[in-house]
Amino acid sequence: MASLSPNALLLGAFEQLGAVGWLFFKTMKNLFRRPREHQILLQQLEEIGVRSLPVVSLTAAFGGLVFGFQTYTGFHRYIGPGSEAFAGPIITLGLAKELIPILVGLMISGRVGSSMAAEIGTMKITEQIDALHSLGANPIRYLVVPRTLAAFFMLPCLVLYGDIIGILCGYFYNVVLMGVNRVMYVQNTLMYLEIWDVATGLIKSCVFGVVIAIVGCWQGMETEGGAEGVGRATTRTVVISSISILILNFFISKLLPATLKGG
Amino acid sequence: MIRIIDLHKSFGPKVVLRGVSLTIEKGETMVVIGQSGSGKSVLIKHLIGLLKPDSGEIYIDDVEITRLDDDELLRVTRKFGLLFQGAALFDSMTVAENVRFGLERYTRLSEEEVRKRVSESLALVGLNDAECLMPFELSGGMKKRAGLARAIAYRPEIMLYDEPSTGIDPIRADAINDLIKKLKNDLGITSVVITHDMVSSYKIADRIAMLYDGEIIEVGTPEEIRNSKSAFIQQFIHGQAEGPIKDW
Ligand SMILES: Nc1ncnc2c1ncn2[C@@H]1O[C@H](COP(=O)(O)OP(=O)(O)OP(=O)(O)O)[C@@H](O)[C@H]1O
Ligand SMILES: [Mg+2]
Repeated sequence: MASLSPNALLLGAFEQLGAVGWLFFKTMKNLFRRPREHQILLQQLEEIGVRSLPVVSLTAAFGGLVFGFQTYTGFHRYIGPGSEAFAGPIITLGLAKELIPILVGLMISGRVGSSMAAEIGTMKITEQIDALHSLGANPIRYLVVPRTLAAFFMLPCLVLYGDIIGILCGYFYNVVLMGVNRVMYVQNTLMYLEIWDVATGLIKSCVFGVVIAIVGCWQGMETEGGAEGVGRATTRTVVISSISILILNFFISKLLPATLKGG
Repeated sequence: MIRIIDLHKSFGPKVVLRGVSLTIEKGETMVVIGQSGSGKSVLIKHLIGLLKPDSGEIYIDDVEITRLDDDELLRVTRKFGLLFQGAALFDSMTVAENVRFGLERYTRLSEEEVRKRVSESLALVGLNDAECLMPFELSGGMKKRAGLARAIAYRPEIMLYDEPSTGIDPIRADAINDLIKKLKNDLGITSVVITHDMVSSYKIADRIAMLYDGEIIEVGTPEEIRNSKSAFIQQFIHGQAEGPIKDW
């Protein structure tokens, strides 16, 4: 970094924002152009989706357990023994709307975003991106589009899967371990939960998917200066996409209506 | 035909090209010589649009390429084959997949023809047995030859060779010189060859251009270059440490 004056920093931030925006724009422009890279899309779907299942399972399971545990404690302590069955809808709502999308988003940005940056960054410094271009292939269409599409489709799938695991684990903690009334727990949950609650989580996760892929590809394509540069790109990818996910999450949550049932 | 007009390029404070002008006729083999770090690779990357000049123009068959957008540029790029100095093979693909990359995507060849073209190209560089190997399993010279096979596979109109014989044994290197001549004679390919090897230069070149201090200081037939009066050229082609070129 040449100069660290506030002006230069601000300017740098805008420049970077511009660069990501430009990459996003070019990705959208190339989204449906030929040749389509089906093979790579499939590979990425597998890489982002199938191979993330173990991580997502663990994260969602323990997320659900701990959230179930603390909500139980809350009801037990403040409202009184017997009221724990009302924790059902709160646990489910919290998990489906916020906790699972955020946890999955963060885990995937660490697992997938960083590996995108490393892979593309290595291609960049070994001139493989130039080689793509020299063979008449558009690197955006070949590298960025399939990754962005795959992340866009796979993140909601992972989040939905995580919702199920998390909600089951919340149920498991309360009903099976703590002996909360099963019928009441389930009835309360079904009464207050809307499909929309799950849907907002899924909508957000689509956005997170695009953020993870675009940031990873952008950092990869901007990589300069050998192995150290690749390391820097991966770290920055995780930091930038995690923070973006947390910030975007808040604003999307605020923007989307809390319920579709009016009121 | 390639026309380079007054090309300037700097990286930050470092000025690499300061007004390069050069015309390469259709079907001609132009050899570019010059010291290590003089900007030969940078020059060749401009021809194919990998680098954008600070100023200057490049015409490829009368299309000015320095201001084209991505897709227009790629259409021009498909006329080119480029052998990278460092081979730049796709390291997640086998040698054969590397070679067929452009064929599969940008030609209308059938699977049968693609396969045939791949083995032909690999045979031309003496790598028939390497089809299924991954790049990390190849020696340096084999990588270079695989890169060459990939570049020539889809029969470009213009070939750019960045040091085709560096890192390759003398026998193979001479075979590659023959290949460059054969492609020119059989297919009428226009070639730009960067090399440090003066023997090869004399053998393959129609004309030789010397890049020094960011400019083309002389262009001529091998004969003219050999008899050049320029002390710079004489020092370079005879490989002498003593002479007007001091900053090596
Ligand atoms: N991407 C880049 N960023 C900064 N400087 C660069 C970049 N690419 C090349 N250079 C600089 O430009 C100059 C010319 O480099 P170039 O690779 O063209 O040399 P060359 O003539 O091909 O040398 P060699 O014969 O050793 O391959 C070098 O001084 C190099 O430091
Ligand atoms: Mg070079």
